[in-house]
Amino acid sequence: MSDTTLRPSAESPVARTLKTLLRSRELAVAIVLVLLIAVTTIKSDSFLFGATGWRDLLLTPSMLILLAVGQTCVIVTRNVDLSVGSTLGLTAYLTGRLFVDTSLPIIAVVLAGVLMGAVLGLVNGILVAFGRVPALVITLGTMYIYRGAFLTWAGSDRINASDMPAAFKDLGTESILGIPILTIVAVVVLVIVGYYLRTARGGRELYAIGSDPDAAELYGLKVTRRILAAFVLSGALAGLAGVVSAARFGTVSSSVGQGIELEAVAAAVIGGVAIFGGSGTVWGAALGAFLLVTINRALPVLGISDFWQQAVVGVLIVGAIVLDRVLVSRQERALIAAREHGPDTPSTGSGGGPALAPIVPGTPADHEPGHETGTTDPSDTEEVVR
Amino acid sequence: MTQAHQAGPVLELGDVSKSFGAVTALRSASLSVDAGSIHALIGENGAGKSTLIKIVAGVHRRDGGTFRFQGADVDFTSTAESKGAGIAVIYQEPTLFPDLSVTENIFMGRQPLGRGRRIDYAAMYTEAEALFARLGVYIDPRRPARGLSIADQQIIEIAKAISLDAALLIMDEPTAALSGVEVERLFAVARSLRDEGRGLVFISHRFEEVFELCDTVTVMRDGSYVSTKKIADTTVDALVAEMVGREVADLFPKTVAEVGDVVLDVQGLSSVGVFRDVSFQVRAGEIVGLAGLVGAGRSEIARAVFGVDKYDEGSVELLGKKVPASNPRAAIKAGMAFVPEDRRKQGLVTEASVARNVAGVIRRGLTTAGLLTGRAENRAAAPWAGRLEVKTNALDMHATTMSGGNQQKVVIAKWLATEPKLLIIDEPTRGIDVGTKSEVHRLLSDLAGQGLAILMISSELPEVLGMADRVLVVCEGRITAEIAREDATPENVMFAATNAVTHTGSEVPA
Amino acid sequence: MSTLTDHPETSARKTRTYAAYSRPFWQRVVFSREFAVIALLIAAIVYSRSQVDYFDGPQTMYYLFRDSASILLLALPMTAIIITGEIDLSVASTVGLTSVAFGMLHSDAGLSMTVAALLAIVIGAVCGAFNGFLIAYVGLPSIAVTIGTLALFRGIAAGLLGTESRTDFSEKWTDLAKERIIEDQPYPMILIPFVVLAIVFVLLLHFSPFGRGVFEIGLNDEAAHFTGVDVARTKAILFVLSGAVAGFVGIYTTLVTGVARAENSVGLELQVIAAVLLGGVSIFGGKGALHGVIAGVLLIGVIQRAMLLSGETINIINIVIGVLLVLSVMSTSLLAGVRRLAAASKGARSSGRTSDSAGKRSLS
Repeated sequence: MSDTTLRPSAESPVARTLKTLLRSRELAVAIVLVLLIAVTTIKSDSFLFGATGWRDLLLTPSMLILLAVGQTCVIVTRNVDLSVGSTLGLTAYLTGRLFVDTSLPIIAVVLAGVLMGAVLGLVNGILVAFGRVPALVITLGTMYIYRGAFLTWAGSDRINASDMPAAFKDLGTESILGIPILTIVAVVVLVIVGYYLRTARGGRELYAIGSDPDAAELYGLKVTRRILAAFVLSGALAGLAGVVSAARFGTVSSSVGQGIELEAVAAAVIGGVAIFGGSGTVWGAALGAFLLVTINRALPVLGISDFWQQAVVGVLIVGAIVLDRVLVSRQERALIAAREHGPDTPSTGSGGGPALAPIVPGTPADHEPGHETGTTDPSDTEEVVR
Repeated sequence: MTQAHQAGPVLELGDVSKSFGAVTALRSASLSVDAGSIHALIGENGAGKSTLIKIVAGVHRRDGGTFRFQGADVDFTSTAESKGAGIAVIYQEPTLFPDLSVTENIFMGRQPLGRGRRIDYAAMYTEAEALFARLGVYIDPRRPARGLSIADQQIIEIAKAISLDAALLIMDEPTAALSGVEVERLFAVARSLRDEGRGLVFISHRFEEVFELCDTVTVMRDGSYVSTKKIADTTVDALVAEMVGREVADLFPKTVAEVGDVVLDVQGLSSVGVFRDVSFQVRAGEIVGLAGLVGAGRSEIARAVFGVDKYDEGSVELLGKKVPASNPRAAIKAGMAFVPEDRRKQGLVTEASVARNVAGVIRRGLTTAGLLTGRAENRAAAPWAGRLEVKTNALDMHATTMSGGNQQKVVIAKWLATEPKLLIIDEPTRGIDVGTKSEVHRLLSDLAGQGLAILMISSELPEVLGMADRVLVVCEGRITAEIAREDATPENVMFAATNAVTHTGSEVPA
Repeated sequence: MSTLTDHPETSARKTRTYAAYSRPFWQRVVFSREFAVIALLIAAIVYSRSQVDYFDGPQTMYYLFRDSASILLLALPMTAIIITGEIDLSVASTVGLTSVAFGMLHSDAGLSMTVAALLAIVIGAVCGAFNGFLIAYVGLPSIAVTIGTLALFRGIAAGLLGTESRTDFSEKWTDLAKERIIEDQPYPMILIPFVVLAIVFVLLLHFSPFGRGVFEIGLNDEAAHFTGVDVARTKAILFVLSGAVAGFVGIYTTLVTGVARAENSVGLELQVIAAVLLGGVSIFGGKGALHGVIAGVLLIGVIQRAMLLSGETINIINIVIGVLLVLSVMSTSLLAGVRRLAAASKGARSSGRTSDSAGKRSLS
């Protein structure tokens, strides 16, 4: 963020916040999203203003937003959760099953779905955190297991719209003040998780763990517990997404949630979450999810066959990581250049610091070559993620 | 100055032992640190200092011995426990979270909380600024830790320790990468912490710093306690004798070799931000020492010459032929060999067998019809491993469990197997025991005698002075002095190594 | 710290000699992960032949080989890529894209089957080169890049052909894909190119300087760089190979099913990776061998066949594969845990951390 302002800036907090915001990935994704919606709406104003246009615009991304928020919490710790699609399928079916077999109130069914997801996430978390094995492999395995369990359980069954109470299905279509209920659910979850990650010690520790797992151990952070919690959250949100999917579509087929795990990862990556952990926000991931889903719907309107949608998504993902790389190397070059030219060096300055240290004006700290400062991160990152 | 209100030891370690598998790191280490005192812990690389402080920090658990902190028996099972008890450790390599802000790095896990147990960022930044003000430095508390120089990272670690209000602060070679001014600043902070009644442990290889800063010194050797003395009651020579356990003179069996033609000719080598305008030559039969502070750019020059790093300007010639830039394989073909600084990360593949490591560079020449077999590798590796007396049961053993000295032999064997014309060797004896050390020195001397050109980088001044025919001193990325063997003294080498720091001060070198 | 134990032996100035191996041959063979997978495969076959009806019938093994062929082929380059510590999630999408390209080049552009097939392989190689460039030369994380190209390559295929398909392939070719090498024997033709490629990859990976470099990169890419291994080029070559093999699989899939369409082989990438990991390749890189991987693929195939024949649904098979995968990675750390406990009971006390990482820290 502050690649040139190395000394405490004289800027006011407002100016600083504005500057940070302007440089943020979140804003960039948001602008792309708004442009996309604007262009599509110019082409066909029912995309935004039509009777169902507005609702669908907000409603469709809600499921992926939930998954992307959970996925971000896991990725930030330098892990990944590929089992969310299967978890989603399993809980969607559980939801339907509970309506068919029991007469539990809707709220209890929703909670059961979330709980089920949390338990499945806990299994992932235990295997990853205690087994010290790469999350990629473990969650790839549980992806198969959960999907298999779902299909075995469901057999040739299919939950149909008529199996679910009308009040539940209404959740999937109704709005409050023009905003669909499911979207409100997704946004509330987003805000709570986003607020937690920013302002709670536990949230910050997730970032610390992903930024440098070894340092986190040395620091005495509760690495195992935090990773466990991240997986439980990801599972619980996948569970919630399963319930949402049942409410939204009114049916549960055997293919529900298939392949959505990679979309969730893609949403996070597009939203600026570093795949090797340590940085990125759920806001970005949610915007990424919104963008992915909206592109999907906008392409046909724009006269591009929606068969090209996946290709566009691919270009977006690759573009996002290439862009990240370019920005990072530009920042690194700036830092080296700053050290080359003494005055901008970080740790020196004049004034202040009375009693303790002798104050020495501008000493170039430039005998420290650029690449050595990076020793904590680049080489280590490769291994740990998998 | 010293206030004795907390007299008595804050930390007491008695007969602590620790092994890792077959490797014994500590036999019987003892250390007693008084409150309100700065205690130097010295010893050669591999003497067990780092292991000892990692036991104090809760990273490792001791196998045996006593461990008392502030008068009570303790047994830390995690770093969190030792930190909670009031022990702060600054490791050789700073351990920061590069993605997080400087302030978050200081307060991670114990951020000031406001309403509803939310982190109070405003209070946190204010506190961080206050800490930096106290340390007399200016670092934007909001900037990420990524990209900070080692010196600044060290400052963050110190700020972390101060904010912990630790009763005991351990600093493991904190000055290795610092310039003179930065060292002074660090010392001022250390003294003020001492005057507040805290105990400090200071690990350093620089005697002048030990004598300037510390009041007591404990010497370790081979994982055991040797002695504890008041600084006022001892001398550098006495300490060195205790560290080494024998006379220093017979450590360096350098014989004079006949110096031949120019083998390596480096002209005007520059790399932006790392080193500038480096020119030197190394002749056959000659050992050229590259001295300077850690971080001055010595290793970086060597890496660029060998081609593992890029350089922006200049040329490298070997035996009159230009060596292409950033192409290690071409450098190897031309006749260069490079024993890098970090054995475990760069020198060898510890999880591969001895045979594969030793045959690692020459394996392209071991193929029959393009195919390479394990048998061919074993056959080629065995004589070289034997020549260097690598200690291993069999050639398929991994290097993981080997001692540092033995690993270094594997690395050297691997490069000698290429029959090079020039050997670049970075920190030839870092982290290896005294016996192997002199074996390596004898070997280098023999190799030079056989006409090999050797470029040796070392942070140990005695090694440079003892082994090199000629000393090149690097300071802030430039060669600031060239001193012949007979003229080289610790004083003039150190002066050249710190020259640019003390003399150019605030002005920017062109 | 590490050096305290070895004091120099009193000058025995005689060149040492060494045994080549610390363990006898049979131990090196038996106590390996690959052997465990092969043993499991044999056990599964023996069990299935005796307990599962029709498993020893003439069709079973034929379909087993025919259906496993894509995974067998794709697993070869995938093994090498995972050994370098990278991963390629885009292979199945490359299969889909080359299948579509093959169909369209033949049907729409009117090229002969041979030319279309060659071009399809070239297109596969180009896809691999794209991955390889971004990963090896730009230095981007392979998992992120190939998630992107997974969508991109599949998306191009879908964009080109939509939900249409191309089916007008010469029968000579489609029959060839299904034919048996010897009449009445359960070996489909595809085994010939597979065996050839398998031999090539075994030689490349296990018996060449290039292959040694592949393993070194996975264990320690920095040290590999310092010994003159061209890390970037090695990785790029492997990704190109992966793409080319995926191109070949694209043609095979098209011919054996008779249809070129964008959805061919969706989700196959995870099956390939699961099989490779099950075959004993470490996801951290540096460890693994092709015979284990081939046994791993066949093991999954045998279990699938046996369960289908005993009337189980495909779903149970998913669970079995998932459990095997989790167990195969957990086994390493479980074994390490057992060893640690054993070591701890010998020494007086042990550190709470894994001995390995603790050792690394202290020794460095």
